[in-house]
Amino acid sequence: MNADTTKTDITAIVPALPRGVRLRYDESRGQWFLLGPERVFEPDETAVEILQRVDGARSIAAIAQDLATAFEADRDEIAADVVQFLRGLADQRMIDL
Amino acid sequence: MSDVETLPRAAQARPELPPPMGLLAELTHRCSLRCPYCSNPLELDRRSSELSTDEWKRLIDEAAALGVLHIYFSGGEPMLRRDIAELVAHAHDAGLYTNMITSGVGFQPAALDAVAEAGLDHIQLSVQAVDARTCDRVAGYEGASTRKHAVAADIARLGLRLTVNAVVHRENVHQIRDFVQLAEDWGAARIEIAHVQYYGWGLVNRARLMPTRKQVEAAMADVEEARGRTAGRLVIDCVLPDYYARYPKACMGGWGARLMNVTPSGRVLPCHAAETIAGMTFDNVRDLSLSEIWYRSAAFNAFRGTEWMKEPCRSCARKELDFGGCRCQAMALAGDASATDPACSLSPLHEEVVALAEADAASGRSDFVYRGYQGV
Repeated sequence: MNADTTKTDITAIVPALPRGVRLRYDESRGQWFLLGPERVFEPDETAVEILQRVDGARSIAAIAQDLATAFEADRDEIAADVVQFLRGLADQRMIDL
Repeated sequence: MSDVETLPRAAQARPELPPPMGLLAELTHRCSLRCPYCSNPLELDRRSSELSTDEWKRLIDEAAALGVLHIYFSGGEPMLRRDIAELVAHAHDAGLYTNMITSGVGFQPAALDAVAEAGLDHIQLSVQAVDARTCDRVAGYEGASTRKHAVAADIARLGLRLTVNAVVHRENVHQIRDFVQLAEDWGAARIEIAHVQYYGWGLVNRARLMPTRKQVEAAMADVEEARGRTAGRLVIDCVLPDYYARYPKACMGGWGARLMNVTPSGRVLPCHAAETIAGMTFDNVRDLSLSEIWYRSAAFNAFRGTEWMKEPCRSCARKELDFGGCRCQAMALAGDASATDPACSLSPLHEEVVALAEADAASGRSDFVYRGYQGV
Protein backbone atom coordinates (compact mmCIF):
# COMPACT_ATOMS: atom_id res chain seq x y z
CA MET A 1 0.00 0.00 0.00
CA ASN A 2 3.07 2.18 0.10
CA ALA A 3 2.65 3.45 -3.45
CA ASP A 4 -0.97 4.46 -2.79
CA THR A 5 -0.02 6.37 0.31
CA THR A 6 2.64 8.29 -1.60
CA LYS A 7 0.20 9.12 -4.36
CA THR A 8 -2.43 10.33 -1.91
CA ASP A 9 0.16 12.56 -0.25
CA ILE A 10 1.23 14.18 -3.48
CA THR A 11 -2.24 14.97 -4.76
CA ALA A 12 -3.16 16.48 -1.39
CA ILE A 13 -0.52 19.15 -1.93
CA VAL A 14 -1.79 22.64 -2.73
CA PRO A 15 0.43 24.11 -5.44
CA ALA A 16 0.93 27.85 -5.70
CA LEU A 17 2.61 30.36 -7.97
CA PRO A 18 5.30 31.94 -5.80
CA ARG A 19 5.84 35.68 -5.68
CA GLY A 20 7.95 36.49 -8.72
CA VAL A 21 6.17 34.06 -11.04
CA ARG A 22 3.27 35.24 -13.17
CA LEU A 23 0.95 33.69 -15.69
CA ARG A 24 -0.20 36.25 -18.21
CA TYR A 25 -1.85 36.53 -21.58
CA ASP A 26 0.03 38.68 -24.06
CA GLU A 27 -2.28 40.50 -26.42
CA SER A 28 0.43 41.44 -28.91
CA ARG A 29 1.37 37.80 -29.58
CA GLY A 30 -2.00 36.28 -28.75
CA GLN A 31 -0.54 33.71 -26.37
CA TRP A 32 0.01 32.82 -22.72
CA PHE A 33 3.33 33.13 -20.93
CA LEU A 34 4.58 31.92 -17.58
CA LEU A 35 7.13 34.51 -16.47
CA GLY A 36 9.78 34.18 -13.79
CA PRO A 37 13.29 35.44 -13.04
CA GLU A 38 15.09 35.42 -16.40
CA ARG A 39 12.56 32.85 -17.58
CA VAL A 40 9.87 32.93 -20.25
CA PHE A 41 7.84 29.74 -20.63
CA GLU A 42 5.31 29.32 -23.40
CA PRO A 43 2.78 26.87 -21.95
CA ASP A 44 0.69 24.81 -24.39
CA GLU A 45 -3.12 24.67 -24.08
CA THR A 46 -3.09 21.84 -21.55
CA ALA A 47 -0.48 23.56 -19.44
CA VAL A 48 -2.50 26.78 -19.45
CA GLU A 49 -5.58 24.88 -18.24
CA ILE A 50 -3.55 23.48 -15.33
CA LEU A 51 -1.81 26.76 -14.48
CA GLN A 52 -5.07 28.71 -14.47
CA ARG A 53 -6.27 26.38 -11.72
CA VAL A 54 -3.17 26.86 -9.57
CA ASP A 55 -4.54 29.40 -7.12
CA GLY A 56 -2.91 28.48 -3.83
CA ALA A 57 -6.25 27.12 -2.56
CA ARG A 58 -6.99 24.01 -4.62
CA SER A 59 -5.10 20.74 -4.14
CA ILE A 60 -3.65 18.78 -7.05
CA ALA A 61 -6.50 16.29 -6.54
CA ALA A 62 -9.08 19.06 -6.83
CA ILE A 63 -7.38 20.48 -9.93
CA ALA A 64 -7.32 17.02 -11.53
CA GLN A 65 -10.97 16.45 -10.68
CA ASP A 66 -11.92 19.77 -12.20
CA LEU A 67 -9.97 19.05 -15.39
CA ALA A 68 -11.41 15.52 -15.60
CA THR A 69 -14.91 16.94 -15.44
CA ALA A 70 -14.21 19.74 -17.90
CA PHE A 71 -12.55 17.50 -20.48
CA GLU A 72 -14.39 14.23 -19.74
CA ALA A 73 -11.16 12.40 -19.05
CA ASP A 74 -9.85 9.91 -16.49
CA ARG A 75 -9.12 11.66 -13.21
CA ASP A 76 -6.18 9.46 -12.17
CA GLU A 77 -4.47 9.82 -15.53
CA ILE A 78 -4.88 13.57 -15.39
CA ALA A 79 -3.62 13.68 -11.81
CA ALA A 80 -0.46 11.84 -12.87
CA ASP A 81 0.09 14.31 -15.72
CA VAL A 82 -0.50 17.30 -13.46
CA VAL A 83 1.97 15.98 -10.87
CA GLN A 84 4.63 15.43 -13.51
CA PHE A 85 4.07 18.86 -15.05
CA LEU A 86 4.13 20.73 -11.74
CA ARG A 87 7.20 18.84 -10.51
CA GLY A 88 9.07 19.93 -13.61
CA LEU A 89 8.22 23.55 -12.84
CA ALA A 90 8.97 23.13 -9.12
CA ASP A 91 12.48 21.91 -9.99
CA GLN A 92 13.00 25.30 -11.63
CA ARG A 93 11.41 27.16 -8.72
CA MET A 94 8.51 28.27 -10.91
CA ILE A 95 5.88 26.56 -8.69
CA ASP A 96 5.76 25.98 -4.94
CA LEU A 97 4.75 22.46 -3.99
CA MET B 1 -1.10 46.55 -50.25
CA SER B 2 -2.67 49.55 -48.57
CA ASP B 3 -1.01 48.59 -45.27
CA VAL B 4 2.41 49.02 -46.77
CA GLU B 5 1.51 52.45 -48.07
CA THR B 6 0.99 53.75 -44.54
CA LEU B 7 4.50 52.80 -43.42
CA PRO B 8 7.30 55.35 -43.51
CA ARG B 9 9.48 54.68 -46.51
CA ALA B 10 12.77 55.75 -45.00
CA ALA B 11 13.73 52.24 -43.96
CA GLN B 12 12.59 48.75 -44.73
CA ALA B 13 9.93 47.45 -42.36
CA ARG B 14 10.37 43.92 -41.06
CA PRO B 15 6.86 42.66 -40.33
CA GLU B 16 8.13 39.09 -39.89
CA LEU B 17 10.23 40.14 -36.93
CA PRO B 18 8.78 39.25 -33.51
CA PRO B 19 8.63 41.94 -30.82
CA PRO B 20 11.36 42.15 -28.15
CA MET B 21 11.02 39.98 -25.05
CA GLY B 22 12.92 42.24 -22.66
CA LEU B 23 13.96 45.82 -22.09
CA LEU B 24 16.93 46.86 -19.99
CA ALA B 25 16.17 50.29 -18.55
CA GLU B 26 19.42 51.90 -17.42
CA LEU B 27 17.78 54.57 -15.28
CA THR B 28 21.02 56.25 -14.29
CA HIS B 29 24.77 55.78 -14.56
CA ARG B 30 25.18 57.06 -11.00
CA CYS B 31 26.43 54.41 -8.59
CA SER B 32 28.30 54.37 -5.29
CA LEU B 33 30.36 51.39 -6.40
CA ARG B 34 33.27 51.58 -8.83
CA CYS B 35 33.62 47.98 -10.06
CA PRO B 36 36.48 47.69 -12.56
CA TYR B 37 34.36 45.56 -14.94
CA CYS B 38 31.27 47.79 -14.93
CA SER B 39 29.13 47.24 -18.02
CA ASN B 40 28.42 50.96 -18.34
CA PRO B 41 30.40 52.76 -21.05
CA LEU B 42 33.72 54.49 -20.34
CA GLU B 43 31.96 57.79 -20.96
CA LEU B 44 29.09 57.90 -18.49
CA ASP B 45 25.83 59.82 -18.89
CA ARG B 46 25.49 62.77 -16.50
CA ARG B 47 22.52 63.17 -14.18
CA SER B 48 21.43 66.31 -16.03
CA SER B 49 20.92 64.29 -19.23
CA GLU B 50 18.79 61.54 -17.64
CA LEU B 51 15.29 60.88 -18.93
CA SER B 52 12.57 62.39 -16.74
CA THR B 53 9.92 60.41 -14.85
CA ASP B 54 7.36 61.22 -17.55
CA GLU B 55 9.74 60.19 -20.33
CA TRP B 56 10.38 56.82 -18.66
CA LYS B 57 6.64 56.31 -18.11
CA ARG B 58 5.91 56.96 -21.77
CA LEU B 59 8.68 54.55 -22.73
CA ILE B 60 7.27 51.89 -20.39
CA ASP B 61 3.85 52.26 -22.03
CA GLU B 62 5.43 51.95 -25.47
CA ALA B 63 7.36 48.87 -24.37
CA ALA B 64 4.22 47.16 -23.06
CA ALA B 65 2.33 47.98 -26.27
CA LEU B 66 5.23 46.69 -28.36
CA GLY B 67 5.13 43.28 -26.63
CA VAL B 68 7.97 43.53 -24.11
CA LEU B 69 7.40 41.00 -21.30
CA HIS B 70 10.28 41.66 -18.91
CA ILE B 71 11.60 45.07 -17.86
CA TYR B 72 14.91 45.26 -16.03
CA PHE B 73 15.47 48.40 -13.98
CA SER B 74 19.20 48.76 -13.97
CA GLY B 75 21.93 51.37 -13.97
CA GLY B 76 24.25 52.41 -12.42
CA GLU B 77 22.22 52.01 -9.27
CA PRO B 78 18.50 52.24 -10.17
CA MET B 79 17.52 52.73 -6.52
CA LEU B 80 19.24 56.15 -6.62
CA ARG B 81 16.35 57.46 -8.74
CA ARG B 82 13.89 59.17 -6.41
CA ASP B 83 11.04 58.08 -8.70
CA ILE B 84 12.00 54.40 -8.65
CA ALA B 85 8.87 53.14 -6.84
CA GLU B 86 6.70 55.22 -9.17
CA LEU B 87 8.38 53.68 -12.23
CA VAL B 88 8.10 50.13 -10.85
CA ALA B 89 4.41 50.68 -10.14
CA HIS B 90 3.89 52.07 -13.63
CA ALA B 91 5.56 49.06 -15.26
CA HIS B 92 3.66 46.66 -13.01
CA ASP B 93 0.35 48.30 -13.91
CA ALA B 94 1.27 48.08 -17.60
CA GLY B 95 1.48 44.29 -17.16
CA LEU B 96 5.27 44.00 -17.37
CA TYR B 97 7.28 41.56 -15.26
CA THR B 98 9.46 43.88 -13.20
CA ASN B 99 13.09 43.13 -12.34
CA MET B 100 15.50 45.29 -10.33
CA ILE B 101 19.27 44.91 -10.66
CA THR B 102 20.84 46.56 -7.61
CA SER B 103 24.18 46.87 -5.83
CA GLY B 104 22.33 47.30 -2.52
CA VAL B 105 24.36 50.43 -1.78
CA GLY B 106 23.32 54.08 -1.55
CA PHE B 107 19.66 53.96 -0.48
CA GLN B 108 17.58 53.66 2.68
CA PRO B 109 15.75 50.43 3.61
CA ALA B 110 12.40 52.25 3.24
CA ALA B 111 13.07 52.64 -0.49
CA LEU B 112 13.13 48.87 -0.80
CA ASP B 113 9.80 48.56 1.01
CA ALA B 114 8.37 51.08 -1.45
CA VAL B 115 9.44 49.16 -4.57
CA ALA B 116 8.18 45.89 -3.07
CA GLU B 117 4.84 47.54 -2.43
CA ALA B 118 4.87 48.95 -5.97
CA GLY B 119 4.76 45.37 -7.27
CA LEU B 120 8.38 44.44 -7.92
CA ASP B 121 8.51 40.81 -9.08
CA HIS B 122 12.20 40.04 -8.79
CA ILE B 123 15.34 41.61 -7.39
CA GLN B 124 18.93 40.84 -8.33
CA LEU B 125 21.53 41.76 -5.73
CA SER B 126 25.17 41.87 -6.79
CA VAL B 127 27.94 40.61 -4.56
CA GLN B 128 31.56 41.21 -5.57
CA ALA B 129 33.12 38.47 -3.43
CA VAL B 130 32.08 36.32 -0.48
CA ASP B 131 34.69 37.72 1.91
CA ALA B 132 34.20 41.35 2.92
CA ARG B 133 37.77 42.41 2.17
CA THR B 134 37.73 41.32 -1.48
CA CYS B 135 34.12 42.44 -1.93
CA ASP B 136 34.90 45.98 -0.76
CA ARG B 137 38.14 46.13 -2.72
CA VAL B 138 36.53 45.06 -6.01
CA ALA B 139 33.55 47.37 -5.44
CA GLY B 140 35.94 50.22 -4.57
CA TYR B 141 33.71 51.00 -1.59
CA GLU B 142 34.41 50.48 2.10
CA GLY B 143 31.49 48.74 3.82
CA ALA B 144 29.84 47.42 0.63
CA SER B 145 29.77 43.85 1.92
CA THR B 146 28.17 44.77 5.26
CA ARG B 147 25.54 46.80 3.47
CA LYS B 148 24.72 43.95 1.05
CA HIS B 149 24.12 41.55 3.94
CA ALA B 150 21.68 44.05 5.46
CA VAL B 151 19.85 44.47 2.15
CA ALA B 152 19.63 40.70 1.70
CA ALA B 153 17.92 40.52 5.10
CA ASP B 154 15.47 43.25 4.04
CA ILE B 155 14.72 41.37 0.81
CA ALA B 156 13.98 38.20 2.82
CA ARG B 157 11.75 40.18 5.21
CA LEU B 158 9.79 41.56 2.25
CA GLY B 159 9.46 38.12 0.65
CA LEU B 160 10.86 39.32 -2.68
CA ARG B 161 12.11 36.74 -5.17
CA LEU B 162 15.92 37.07 -5.06
CA THR B 163 18.71 36.31 -7.48
CA VAL B 164 22.30 36.74 -6.33
CA ASN B 165 24.47 38.17 -9.09
CA ALA B 166 28.10 37.09 -8.82
CA VAL B 167 30.52 38.46 -11.39
CA VAL B 168 33.63 36.30 -11.34
CA HIS B 169 37.23 36.89 -12.39
CA ARG B 170 40.75 35.98 -11.31
CA GLU B 171 40.39 37.32 -7.76
CA ASN B 172 37.15 35.52 -6.81
CA VAL B 173 36.64 32.71 -9.31
CA HIS B 174 37.73 30.18 -6.67
CA GLN B 175 34.74 31.21 -4.51
CA ILE B 176 31.97 29.55 -6.55
CA ARG B 177 31.00 27.12 -3.76
CA ASP B 178 30.95 29.98 -1.25
CA PHE B 179 28.82 32.17 -3.55
CA VAL B 180 26.33 29.32 -3.85
CA GLN B 181 26.28 28.86 -0.08
CA LEU B 182 25.75 32.60 0.38
CA ALA B 183 22.82 32.53 -2.05
CA GLU B 184 21.26 29.69 -0.07
CA ASP B 185 21.87 31.49 3.24
CA TRP B 186 20.16 34.58 1.83
CA GLY B 187 17.14 32.55 0.69
CA ALA B 188 17.74 33.20 -3.01
CA ALA B 189 15.90 31.04 -5.54
CA ARG B 190 18.53 31.69 -8.18
CA ILE B 191 22.17 32.67 -8.60
CA GLU B 192 23.76 34.05 -11.71
CA ILE B 193 27.46 33.33 -11.96
CA ALA B 194 28.78 35.48 -14.76
CA HIS B 195 32.38 35.64 -15.83
CA VAL B 196 33.52 39.17 -16.64
CA GLN B 197 32.90 40.17 -20.23
CA TYR B 198 35.71 42.20 -21.70
CA TYR B 199 34.25 45.40 -23.14
CA GLY B 200 34.57 48.93 -21.83
CA TRP B 201 35.83 48.93 -18.24
CA GLY B 202 36.34 45.15 -18.34
CA LEU B 203 38.59 45.50 -21.38
CA VAL B 204 40.62 48.26 -19.69
CA ASN B 205 41.12 45.92 -16.72
CA ARG B 206 41.50 42.67 -18.62
CA ALA B 207 45.03 41.96 -17.36
CA ARG B 208 43.81 42.41 -13.76
CA LEU B 209 40.72 40.21 -14.19
CA MET B 210 41.43 37.42 -16.66
CA PRO B 211 41.41 34.01 -14.96
CA THR B 212 43.76 31.22 -15.98
CA ARG B 213 42.42 28.36 -18.08
CA LYS B 214 42.88 26.10 -15.06
CA GLN B 215 40.77 28.42 -12.91
CA VAL B 216 38.01 28.49 -15.54
CA GLU B 217 37.93 24.71 -15.76
CA ALA B 218 37.79 24.38 -11.97
CA ALA B 219 34.98 26.96 -11.84
CA MET B 220 32.94 25.07 -14.42
CA ALA B 221 33.34 21.86 -12.39
CA ASP B 222 32.31 23.74 -9.23
CA VAL B 223 29.16 25.00 -10.97
CA GLU B 224 28.22 21.49 -12.10
CA GLU B 225 28.81 20.11 -8.62
CA ALA B 226 26.69 22.88 -7.07
CA ARG B 227 23.87 22.31 -9.56
CA GLY B 228 23.68 18.66 -8.51
CA ARG B 229 23.77 19.52 -4.83
CA THR B 230 21.13 22.27 -4.91
CA ALA B 231 18.76 20.85 -7.56
CA GLY B 232 15.16 21.86 -6.88
CA ARG B 233 16.22 24.57 -4.39
CA LEU B 234 18.46 26.90 -6.32
CA VAL B 235 18.56 27.69 -10.03
CA ILE B 236 22.16 28.27 -11.13
CA ASP B 237 22.70 30.16 -14.37
CA CYS B 238 26.24 30.60 -15.62
CA VAL B 239 27.67 32.98 -18.20
CA LEU B 240 30.88 31.44 -19.50
CA PRO B 241 34.13 33.20 -20.19
CA ASP B 242 34.69 32.76 -23.89
CA TYR B 243 38.32 33.63 -24.60
CA TYR B 244 39.17 30.01 -23.77
CA ALA B 245 36.04 28.54 -25.35
CA ARG B 246 35.72 26.52 -28.52
CA TYR B 247 32.65 28.37 -29.74
CA PRO B 248 31.47 31.90 -28.95
CA LYS B 249 28.40 32.81 -26.92
CA ALA B 250 25.09 33.54 -28.63
CA CYS B 251 25.33 37.13 -27.47
CA MET B 252 21.95 38.64 -26.45
CA GLY B 253 20.25 35.63 -28.09
CA GLY B 254 21.10 37.27 -31.41
CA TRP B 255 21.55 40.93 -32.26
CA GLY B 256 18.22 42.76 -32.24
CA ALA B 257 16.39 39.48 -31.66
CA ARG B 258 15.21 39.60 -28.05
CA LEU B 259 16.37 42.65 -26.13
CA MET B 260 16.53 46.42 -26.14
CA ASN B 261 18.78 48.50 -23.91
CA VAL B 262 17.89 52.10 -23.10
CA THR B 263 20.66 54.32 -21.70
CA PRO B 264 19.97 56.94 -18.99
CA SER B 265 19.71 59.67 -21.61
CA GLY B 266 17.44 57.67 -23.91
CA ARG B 267 19.68 56.10 -26.56
CA VAL B 268 18.38 52.69 -27.56
CA LEU B 269 21.01 49.99 -28.07
CA PRO B 270 20.83 46.37 -29.23
CA CYS B 271 23.21 45.53 -26.35
CA HIS B 272 24.77 47.57 -23.56
CA ALA B 273 28.21 47.55 -25.19
CA ALA B 274 26.99 48.44 -28.68
CA GLU B 275 28.36 51.97 -28.42
CA THR B 276 31.87 50.53 -28.60
CA ILE B 277 31.22 49.77 -32.28
CA ALA B 278 32.77 52.57 -34.26
CA GLY B 279 30.60 54.36 -36.79
CA MET B 280 27.29 53.04 -35.50
CA THR B 281 24.62 55.58 -34.62
CA PHE B 282 21.76 55.04 -32.19
CA ASP B 283 18.27 56.49 -32.11
CA ASN B 284 16.87 58.17 -29.02
CA VAL B 285 13.45 57.69 -27.44
CA ARG B 286 13.22 61.46 -27.30
CA ASP B 287 13.02 61.44 -31.12
CA LEU B 288 11.39 58.15 -32.13
CA SER B 289 9.03 55.57 -30.66
CA LEU B 290 10.42 52.29 -29.35
CA SER B 291 8.47 50.46 -32.05
CA GLU B 292 10.05 52.50 -34.84
CA ILE B 293 13.48 51.91 -33.34
CA TRP B 294 12.96 48.15 -32.88
CA TYR B 295 11.63 47.50 -36.37
CA ARG B 296 13.37 50.12 -38.49
CA SER B 297 16.50 51.59 -36.95
CA ALA B 298 19.77 51.08 -38.77
CA ALA B 299 21.50 49.94 -35.57
CA PHE B 300 18.99 47.17 -34.79
CA ASN B 301 18.94 45.97 -38.38
CA ALA B 302 22.72 46.04 -38.83
CA PHE B 303 23.41 42.48 -37.64
CA ARG B 304 20.01 40.85 -37.70
CA GLY B 305 19.72 37.47 -39.37
CA THR B 306 22.72 35.98 -41.16
CA GLU B 307 23.00 38.08 -44.35
CA TRP B 308 25.71 40.34 -42.94
CA MET B 309 28.03 37.44 -42.12
CA LYS B 310 31.41 36.83 -43.68
CA GLU B 311 33.32 33.56 -43.77
CA PRO B 312 33.84 31.41 -41.79
CA CYS B 313 30.40 32.27 -40.30
CA ARG B 314 28.49 32.44 -43.58
CA SER B 315 28.86 28.73 -44.37
CA CYS B 316 29.01 27.55 -40.75
CA ALA B 317 26.50 24.99 -39.46
CA ARG B 318 26.35 26.86 -36.15
CA LYS B 319 25.46 30.25 -37.60
CA GLU B 320 21.86 30.08 -36.35
CA LEU B 321 23.04 28.82 -32.94
CA ASP B 322 25.56 31.46 -31.94
CA PHE B 323 25.05 34.12 -34.67
CA GLY B 324 28.81 34.45 -35.11
CA GLY B 325 29.26 35.38 -31.44
CA CYS B 326 29.42 38.87 -30.08
CA ARG B 327 29.63 41.90 -32.41
CA CYS B 328 31.22 44.07 -29.74
CA GLN B 329 33.90 41.47 -29.08
CA ALA B 330 34.56 41.19 -32.82
CA MET B 331 34.99 44.97 -32.81
CA ALA B 332 37.28 44.94 -29.76
CA LEU B 333 39.49 42.05 -30.88
CA ALA B 334 39.31 41.99 -34.67
CA GLY B 335 38.66 45.69 -35.24
CA ASP B 336 35.64 44.74 -37.37
CA ALA B 337 32.14 44.32 -35.95
CA SER B 338 31.10 42.01 -38.79
CA ALA B 339 34.02 39.62 -38.36
CA THR B 340 33.70 36.23 -36.68
CA ASP B 341 34.00 36.71 -32.93
CA PRO B 342 37.66 35.82 -32.24
CA ALA B 343 36.47 33.80 -29.23
CA CYS B 344 35.43 31.21 -31.84
CA SER B 345 38.03 28.54 -32.57
CA LEU B 346 37.18 28.94 -36.28
CA SER B 347 38.31 32.58 -36.27
CA PRO B 348 41.76 33.15 -37.77
CA LEU B 349 42.50 35.33 -34.73
CA HIS B 350 41.55 32.72 -32.14
CA GLU B 351 45.07 31.51 -31.31
CA GLU B 352 46.17 35.11 -30.84
CA VAL B 353 43.25 35.74 -28.47
CA VAL B 354 43.99 32.65 -26.40
CA ALA B 355 47.63 33.79 -26.14
CA LEU B 356 46.40 37.24 -25.04
CA ALA B 357 44.21 35.68 -22.36
CA GLU B 358 47.04 33.48 -21.11
CA ALA B 359 49.44 36.40 -20.96
CA ASP B 360 46.87 38.55 -19.14
CA ALA B 361 46.10 35.75 -16.69
CA ALA B 362 49.80 35.37 -15.92
CA SER B 363 50.40 39.11 -15.56
CA GLY B 364 49.82 39.11 -11.79
CA ARG B 365 48.53 42.68 -12.00
CA SER B 366 46.01 43.81 -9.40
CA ASP B 367 46.05 47.60 -9.85
CA PHE B 368 42.39 48.03 -10.80
CA VAL B 369 41.36 51.00 -12.89
CA TYR B 370 38.13 51.85 -11.11
CA ARG B 371 35.06 53.09 -12.92
CA GLY B 372 34.48 56.81 -12.56
CA TYR B 373 33.28 59.97 -14.27
CA GLN B 374 36.86 61.13 -14.78
CA GLY B 375 37.32 58.60 -17.55
CA VAL B 376 40.27 56.31 -18.06
